[in-house]
Amino acid sequence: MDVTNVVVEAMPHFEGYVYPNEATLEPLWSVLIVLYPYITGLVAGAFIMASLVRVFRVKALEPVYRLSLLTAMSFMLCATLPLLIHLGHPERCYEIMMTPHLTSPMAIFGFVYAWYLMAVLLLELWFDYRLDFVRWSKTEKGFKGLLYRILTVGVTDESVGAVALDHKLSWIISIVGIPSAFLLHGYVGFIFGSIKANPWWGNVLMPIIFILSAIVSGIALCVIHYMIVSWVRRKPIDMRCLDIMGMFLFYALVVDATIETLDWVHRIYSKEEDFAVIQQMAREKLFFSLNIGQALCGTLLPLLMLGATQLARKRIPDIVRKRMYLASGMLIVLGVLAMRWNVVIGGQLFSKSLRGFMSYKMEFTGMEGLLMGGAVLALPFVIFVVMVKLFLPEKSPAQAAEAVTI
Amino acid sequence: MKQSLSRRTVLTKLGLAAVAAAAAPAVNAAKTTVQKVLVKTEAPKDYDPTQHKWQMAFDVNRCIGCGHCVEACKQENNVPIGPYYRTWIERYIVTKPEPRSAETRGEVRVDSPEGGIHGFNDVPVPEADILQSFFVPKLCNLCEHSPCVQSCPVGATFDTPDGAVLVDPKYCIGCGFCIQACPYGCRFMNPITHTAEKCTLCYHRISRGLKPACVEVCPTQARIFGDLKNPVPDDPLQEFFKKNRVQTLKPHLGTDPRVQYANIDKEVR
Repeated sequence: MDVTNVVVEAMPHFEGYVYPNEATLEPLWSVLIVLYPYITGLVAGAFIMASLVRVFRVKALEPVYRLSLLTAMSFMLCATLPLLIHLGHPERCYEIMMTPHLTSPMAIFGFVYAWYLMAVLLLELWFDYRLDFVRWSKTEKGFKGLLYRILTVGVTDESVGAVALDHKLSWIISIVGIPSAFLLHGYVGFIFGSIKANPWWGNVLMPIIFILSAIVSGIALCVIHYMIVSWVRRKPIDMRCLDIMGMFLFYALVVDATIETLDWVHRIYSKEEDFAVIQQMAREKLFFSLNIGQALCGTLLPLLMLGATQLARKRIPDIVRKRMYLASGMLIVLGVLAMRWNVVIGGQLFSKSLRGFMSYKMEFTGMEGLLMGGAVLALPFVIFVVMVKLFLPEKSPAQAAEAVTI
Repeated sequence: MKQSLSRRTVLTKLGLAAVAAAAAPAVNAAKTTVQKVLVKTEAPKDYDPTQHKWQMAFDVNRCIGCGHCVEACKQENNVPIGPYYRTWIERYIVTKPEPRSAETRGEVRVDSPEGGIHGFNDVPVPEADILQSFFVPKLCNLCEHSPCVQSCPVGATFDTPDGAVLVDPKYCIGCGFCIQACPYGCRFMNPITHTAEKCTLCYHRISRGLKPACVEVCPTQARIFGDLKNPVPDDPLQEFFKKNRVQTLKPHLGTDPRVQYANIDKEVR
């Protein structure tokens, strides 16, 4: 087998000394692996948002409960997609589940993912929606009617006892779901945090930072989704609900920013052998995405805006508050994307010899290019729109019935 | 929808769950054994890996940076052209300190043009400014606690009983986790097979009583290779360990590399 001459040699730009195997044109993990923790984080965050209603009984957030769950679900369905596309042999991906190597952080992710999708999200959604499915299946015709009939799985009991059981089980699953959501995304953090070979990643705080930034991004996405869905449907926004979301978003962001700052304080204070590299990363290689994208636009500006809405809620008119929440939400969602970029790409912009730097210029086309990345990121939003059409009518039959009873 | 949930059924289920949890490590150990039996290496059928323990060591003072080892490795193992190396040579040039700087050394320049495959023909600093220079051959460090083996999600990369760390290319899913986990930059993603690749110590050769290609062609015996379980008379490996104080790379990471270096410098990572 003589295949040695097939590959065209293209030397990328790099500074200082990098190990010869690191001098590749593109980093091994590129934009798709940036999207993987991003999408997974949005799932975990949106679920935490939903559980605020069910577990912590925050009644004001009731209008966004289902919206949050559908957000979580639509992103969950796409969470493994970037990983799968990125594999050298995607056709062998089932091996992760069939013959998992139990010492590998990545091996267990398949199970964590399956558990979260099957045992938490799907079940919670089903118990929450069961009564609606039954009622819709009676009123809707054609494809939609058939879909709702299939989704009832034959359980068409509408009795008070059955509905009470639905609520109880949904509540229990929510309780199980919170640690599961932490596990799901903490685990993603651990995949990076466990790599001791790379000082940018190998960090005990990594799972915690991932969880916190996930919660922040998930709540922010729910804020955006809620405002856009209301706007499209020309329905008034429940300001009390939005204010409470803004409050949770603010507190989550405070905790997240504190822990991320702590990480930097520790790195700067301890000045370990990788310090010079990390310093140059922050000052040059990642200057825009880290300082401008993540720290200034993704953290500081939203903190100021959300902080202002907390301090002077009554003095800021509704319309201004709405815009501040929307702007903060968008900045946070983009800032967390920048954070994922900084972690994943940043960790591959310096040599493990700690003597040099690589550079990365994203391709436009190709499997790891901008187009593919955009498509993978757009897919969950498309799924979300379909789900909202199917499962979030302006008034669900259960709510309509409740309204009549009242 | 009432279900009978007696104490007996609950306890039975809990018991079963506990047994399942306790059995998991045993099942895993059995799976690993089966995997080891089933995994195909490039060794001949009559080769017994438990009867050998291969060891590689380097005498840095002997390396002249000719690059024959890199070329031999590429040819022997069909390593693709480009930034893909199972072994390579690094050149360290330490310049003299600035006069009256009160330093012991000037700057340290490290390079490895194309892995050193064509040798090191040009000297990037005037020779009068050089305090010292030396070459460091690198390959898989054969860690006792390999992060690459630990991190492979499917167990496609594994330790052999004779001390090599191998990848099963028919099993590797190409996720690249092992490449990220290797602190020494010894692994790469083969652009043709789309699987992780690394030094095998020329497993197809050593299991047939030959030396690895890089050791075979080294003109100065800077690469010392042998079998710890079957020492030969005047074993170069035994001699090496008798005469030299040795070091490993990045010892603080706790990977316990089995590849050892003599006469190395603090700058080598």
